[in-house]
Amino acid sequence: MALLARLEHIVKDFGAVRALDNVSLDINEGEVLGLMGDNGAGKSTLVKTIAGNFQPTSGSFLFQGRPMSFSGPADARREGIEVVYQDLAICDNLTAAANVFLGREMMRRLGPLRVLDHGGMNSRAAELFRELKSETRPADLVNRMSGGQRQAVAIARTRLSRSRIVLMDEPTAAISVRQVAEVLALIRRMKDQGLSVILISHRMPDVFEVCDRVVVMRRGRKVADKMISQSSPEEVTGLITGAIQSA
Amino acid sequence: MNSPNPPSMDIDLLKGSSRPWWNRLLMSQEAWVALAILILGLIVSMISPKFATSGNLLNVFQNACFIAIMALGMTPVIIIGGIDISVGSILGMCAVTLGVLLNADVPIVIGILGALLMGILCGTVNGAIIAYFRLPPFIVTLATLSIGRSLALIITNNQVFYEFGQSTQSIIAIGGGYTFGLPNVVYALIVGLIVLHFLLTMTRWGRYLFAIGGNEPAARLAGIPVDLIKISAYAFSGFMVAVTAVFLVGWLGAVTNAIGTGYELQVIASTVIGGASLTGGTGSALGGAIGALLVEVIRNALLIAGVNPFWQGTFVGSFILAAVLLERIRSLRR
Ligand SMILES: Nc1ncnc2c1ncn2[C@@H]1O[C@H](COP(=O)(O)OP(=O)(O)OP(=O)(O)O)[C@@H](O)[C@H]1O
Ligand SMILES: [Mg+2]
Repeated sequence: MALLARLEHIVKDFGAVRALDNVSLDINEGEVLGLMGDNGAGKSTLVKTIAGNFQPTSGSFLFQGRPMSFSGPADARREGIEVVYQDLAICDNLTAAANVFLGREMMRRLGPLRVLDHGGMNSRAAELFRELKSETRPADLVNRMSGGQRQAVAIARTRLSRSRIVLMDEPTAAISVRQVAEVLALIRRMKDQGLSVILISHRMPDVFEVCDRVVVMRRGRKVADKMISQSSPEEVTGLITGAIQSA
Repeated sequence: MNSPNPPSMDIDLLKGSSRPWWNRLLMSQEAWVALAILILGLIVSMISPKFATSGNLLNVFQNACFIAIMALGMTPVIIIGGIDISVGSILGMCAVTLGVLLNADVPIVIGILGALLMGILCGTVNGAIIAYFRLPPFIVTLATLSIGRSLALIITNNQVFYEFGQSTQSIIAIGGGYTFGLPNVVYALIVGLIVLHFLLTMTRWGRYLFAIGGNEPAARLAGIPVDLIKISAYAFSGFMVAVTAVFLVGWLGAVTNAIGTGYELQVIASTVIGGASLTGGTGSALGGAIGALLVEVIRNALLIAGVNPFWQGTFVGSFILAAVLLERIRSLRR
């Protein structure tokens, strides 16, 4: 597999708190990478650093062979890095299609004016949901949707442009078993389309079901980086709690 | 979910995209308010023949227009989850600006332009403080309410302007005149209504207002310039207040430094009664306007029915509560 991105010696301090401590990590093309660790281990911080929400205190980030320094998430998105945030970052009072296109609305001409292309956005969003095999209706308000459908809305957002990598922060937390299966299927579909995915999860079965590789973080450090086939849930649990120092 | 193609997908799409228009209309707060206006009107015309005369109805309508135009301005502010309780004082500042300029015998265009700029300036100051210092809008506009009224007193030195030089005729014609049998201010309201409806439903600006009111952090993550949009919402409110000031001054034929005092209550009441939620994320152009009409009909009905005017506040307040409760009930049913 070809190398897509490389983190080298990334450090991130929040005042006195060292959230990321010398983290180096390779991300390959078309790979699903599981990122695990206890609460506060630094998983979200790592993802937000890749996505341009945070600037690293030190260390470098190479993307497609070029060194990157993002001043905000819009920069990262331009390079093809998309995020599904832990709290989903969805507007409940808008429709599914409006959320998918938020900040990137399709416009059409109306005489001398440029106006929102509601029809165009609805049909493009419907297409994306169909690709994701999700029964989400573009013109429905998000506040009436199930957790799985909301997840589909957040994921459809990442499919608008030619993204290369999708970072997902706990997409399976707080949704039902059936919806978890739905989200895992969505992840597999992204992988099939050649995307790289980083999946943050506390759920061992999810990681072992869809991931190719697992990285374990503990107190800001990377303590393991293994192929799923060469690890086991017992070993990963030990690494997360610290019963096993590193692997 | 594992089937290659959800069979009913396209049919669902058509069915789910929108309810029938009559259903949506019945669900809307605007429809309920319109019904309330009708019922109230019927009751009062049965009590007194004075209500349903064309003179009185026109009077109600004209009064409602002033509040309605300001309610249109308030709507984007409420949609982003903000509030502007300084509108009465901004109205004072704009009217005083107009009074001072016209009193100095400038052409009417300059006077009106000055008043509009003053409105936009006041709104921008409100918005900038709220957006950049991250202060609660209620407190910020409470402060500017106090500052604005005090500045109006200082500028006028407590004198009343009723001498408008070369523009006396024109300003009174604008505010007090009729075109095709309707007061000019009615046309201002209709134009404002159409423009705001267009802005809210067809432009990025409108879409972003709703996004900010729905989930501000999400709007930021989506790359929306949240602070600028916030400032523009308050500036828009200031602009609409200035428009009101021009018509109101022309109608009254004078500028007192107390002009607009207490208007914030009626304006906010209109917006809320029209269906905008103070928690942000909802609101419509028609809602604010029709809410203003209801408030004015209540006031007029009480007057005509011979009820002691001290009761007005109680009735308006009760309608605010009823509107908020109705909003809550409808959102539970969704
Ligand atoms: N914006 C911030 N400001 C200050 N400290 C922060 C910030 N974000 C995270 N931290 C700190 O950095 C550390 C790592 O947090 P992070 O959110 O990355 O953990 P996590 O692994 O995602 O945990 P969880 O599983 O609970 O989501 C924590 O100590 C946290 O308090
Ligand atoms: Mg986290």
